[in-house]
Amino acid sequence: MAKKDHWENTQDPHLLYTEAARSEGLTTQDAPSTKEKPEFNIIGRDTLRIDGHKIVTGKAPFLNDIRLRGMLVGKTLRSPHPHAEIVSIDLSKAKSLPGVKAVIGLDREKAQYIGNRVAAVAAVDEQTAEKALKLIEVEYKPLPYVVSVEKSMEEGAPRVHDKKPNVEKIRDEKRGDVELGFKEADVVLERTYKTAIEIHHPAETHGSIAKWEGDRLIVWDSTQAIHNVRDGLARSLGIPAGRVTVIKRYMGAGFGSKLGLNAHTVIAAMLAKQTGRPVKITLTRKENSLCVGNRPTSLQTYKGGVKKDGTLTALSLTNYTTGGVNRGDRCSEPLLDVYRCPNLHVKEYTVYTNMGGSRATRAPGHVQGTFGLEGFLDELANEIGLDPLELREMNYTTKNRGDTGVPYSSKGLDKCYELGAEKIGWHRRNKTPGAGQGSTRRGLGMSSQIWWGAGVPGTLADVKLYPDGSVDVICGTQDIGCGTRTHMAVVAADTLGLQPKDITIKLGNSDYPWAPISGGSLTTPSVAPAVRDASLKAADHLKEMAAKKLKVSGEDISLQDKKLVDKNNPENAISFKELARDLRRETVFHGERKGMPDGFAYNTFGAHFVEVEVETETGQIKVLKVVAAHDSGQIINTKTAESQVIGGVTQGVSTALFEQRTVDDTTGTLVNPNWRDYKIATSMDIPEIIPIFVDVDDPHINILGTKGLGEPPRIPIAAAIGNAVYNAIGVHIRETPMTPDKVLQALRQKEAI
Amino acid sequence: MGTKQNKKGKAYTRRDFLKGFGGGAIGAAVVPKILAQESASIETKKGKIPVCSKKQVTLTVNGEKYTLVVEPQETLLDVLRERLNLTGTKKTCNQGECGGCTVLLDDEPVYSCLYLAFRADGKDIRTIEGLAEKENLHPVQQAFIDTDAYQCGFCAPGFIMSTVGYLETQGNSQSNMKLNMEDIKTAISGNICRCGNYDQIYKAVAEAAKKMGRS
Repeated sequence: MAKKDHWENTQDPHLLYTEAARSEGLTTQDAPSTKEKPEFNIIGRDTLRIDGHKIVTGKAPFLNDIRLRGMLVGKTLRSPHPHAEIVSIDLSKAKSLPGVKAVIGLDREKAQYIGNRVAAVAAVDEQTAEKALKLIEVEYKPLPYVVSVEKSMEEGAPRVHDKKPNVEKIRDEKRGDVELGFKEADVVLERTYKTAIEIHHPAETHGSIAKWEGDRLIVWDSTQAIHNVRDGLARSLGIPAGRVTVIKRYMGAGFGSKLGLNAHTVIAAMLAKQTGRPVKITLTRKENSLCVGNRPTSLQTYKGGVKKDGTLTALSLTNYTTGGVNRGDRCSEPLLDVYRCPNLHVKEYTVYTNMGGSRATRAPGHVQGTFGLEGFLDELANEIGLDPLELREMNYTTKNRGDTGVPYSSKGLDKCYELGAEKIGWHRRNKTPGAGQGSTRRGLGMSSQIWWGAGVPGTLADVKLYPDGSVDVICGTQDIGCGTRTHMAVVAADTLGLQPKDITIKLGNSDYPWAPISGGSLTTPSVAPAVRDASLKAADHLKEMAAKKLKVSGEDISLQDKKLVDKNNPENAISFKELARDLRRETVFHGERKGMPDGFAYNTFGAHFVEVEVETETGQIKVLKVVAAHDSGQIINTKTAESQVIGGVTQGVSTALFEQRTVDDTTGTLVNPNWRDYKIATSMDIPEIIPIFVDVDDPHINILGTKGLGEPPRIPIAAAIGNAVYNAIGVHIRETPMTPDKVLQALRQKEAI
Repeated sequence: MGTKQNKKGKAYTRRDFLKGFGGGAIGAAVVPKILAQESASIETKKGKIPVCSKKQVTLTVNGEKYTLVVEPQETLLDVLRERLNLTGTKKTCNQGECGGCTVLLDDEPVYSCLYLAFRADGKDIRTIEGLAEKENLHPVQQAFIDTDAYQCGFCAPGFIMSTVGYLETQGNSQSNMKLNMEDIKTAISGNICRCGNYDQIYKAVAEAAKKMGRS
């Protein structure tokens, strides 16, 4: 029934996420209004989430809380082999188990990794479904496999994909002449940095419920992309997109692992069709570890030349990255863009292995690339005895592609440096790395951040006014935990002179006006300007109505405190509610997030400053304080923005110090598919975190001047921690997670020198 | 520090909890054996061991009494969610690693995913649904809203129950003790927030403590 090629988005990180985040090819001449910045009353201040009550009382319906009459439980049988031919599947015993309603083989010839789907069942409850899985008889013919990057690159290694080699070049980009640049340098240095595989592990595992109503399919999904899931389902089931509705109510986060159609969603739809009953599939924590994505590794070798005054003359990068059966991440984007360097050469290769495929993971490529690049810059600065912050300021740019491209629409990185350095007390750092005494050493480090985050032109939102004075804001976006519901309410309320709680927010349904995926820092800068546009149209309409009533011109009317007021005579006013009665029927105003003018680069910027303490006896790193300064343009809600930064920093601390997917290279078995052996930071590991938002106007980017904030706080933190450790102990830990064994080993090597 | 707290039985770290219960893996290995055997005994090297297959238990949940027949493998979490339809308590890892399913059992925070319903017979259970009195939120719930102490919100019920358990029981035994940052961190150390909002959660616990006369 389903076309297997379309079963799930292969989740190429750069297609689904980065390209969207970059907004390339979508720019038009349809420039936003560049009039003076409007005065805001609610935007840019603290607003409590409008759905807080539902969350803290446990009433917010997450996927697993949705109960439908007659609903069956679906489960997937997964390959125990890292690479095997599927010779035969016998479903008969499973089918005859009482309580089993459907069993299907998933029509694959090969399993390419442990956890690859093979068959599925639907049964009356979870236990019966699990029993049925054990009764499915699969004959596998094990094939040679490879799970380690090093072995996969060897001559004659088992092929992971039939149609492509294990190693593929994914980027080769040059600027100037690196060899000439190295000759011009006073110091040339070469260093290699390595990052481990992380697993997204959202609190709520993946899950979908599928229900057919005649020829229409309704799917409840824990997803960051309702429109993508709808289109993918329609394609794979061969039905018109208009007959599929995807609903996302509350979800327990995604971090990139829930950006596209998942195989289990298609399976739920097939099982529901076959049984005529709704089917729910939720993945276990182990399935979440194995088969719904991870952040690719990186093995980055930098060579750089610098003059004694800090001028960068040449930089080169060779990177090997693996995302299992999927492509790895390009990690060179920050290197290609943020610093002035006339001579540059980047070569990146992906290496395939028989492991679960990668998916976009909060700031794909930038997280790994920033750890390498920013660590390397500190080592270069040390070689010439320069303050690392000064080295970055020396090579500051106002145009993209290392000052060779177009101007940034706005860039507040210099302000981030200034405010961040002041707040952490940058002067306190060791002038020479490792200069302190004793076994407890303190150090300071910093790192810059660049990401896209302009949002997607063409995003739509409606404002609906009712004659009783109530207001809906409707948009087919999804709130994945960033506070999108509240942001929409804040923008509409501010524009209409109401309070956020007065607005009814309708989102998370693919039948609503189109909005992009929630990922890549593009939700707020896509949705908020569309809501603003619709709200301004509604406000204009109401002003005209009020002008007639108050016998003044529409331009003299302002919306404030739930009233429409004559600016010249505040006594002359009419309440919002009373005026709305004259609408007589519900009235809808369509808003759109317009295009951006060509000739600019649209980016977010930030800088993290970190203080750490390192125990040289045990190798333990303790992060004491993080100052996270960000230029994300106009902040919509400072309350949720602070949480966003705190969360990004915390995840960064967690991956810098603890997180790594561990695989037995001989058997291909994932040895830590749970939250006990895969260590995640808890309350005992968290530093003091101080978010700072720099005030930067961006008249080009959209009508609110707002930029995204999802990825930025996640990007520079590991590099800043690495640099602070370097400052504390005088030796650079070039591999994440920076576990005590690596610290001790590095210290020992330093002593040996 | 962790042990000191545990002797009082007031706060568990995630790892302490796992030690106490022997980990989810062992439980998972035993349960299928019981299931496979339809009779009331299981075969072991030392002979047959009788097992009971079903049991009637009485639970008081949020002040209401429920009498129901439960199977030996049913956890308190599954009974709350699937039998009593109290879905505010979340199934996150289902093996005692994250605290997402924390409820109060005779005022003590427990991981309901590791607590067999059998054992809960006669106990008094409080869940997230039982904290607010009509529209009036518990001070801890209000503090979580006021400080934006969650993002996706999936872990929030577990964090709130751990905090309530900590502040209420500590309040009884040591009403004069002031809360410091280490106390706060320990109180919630058995819960994981994957969105990483701990810094806001600390503020929530501190603010709730203030409202409850604890600082």
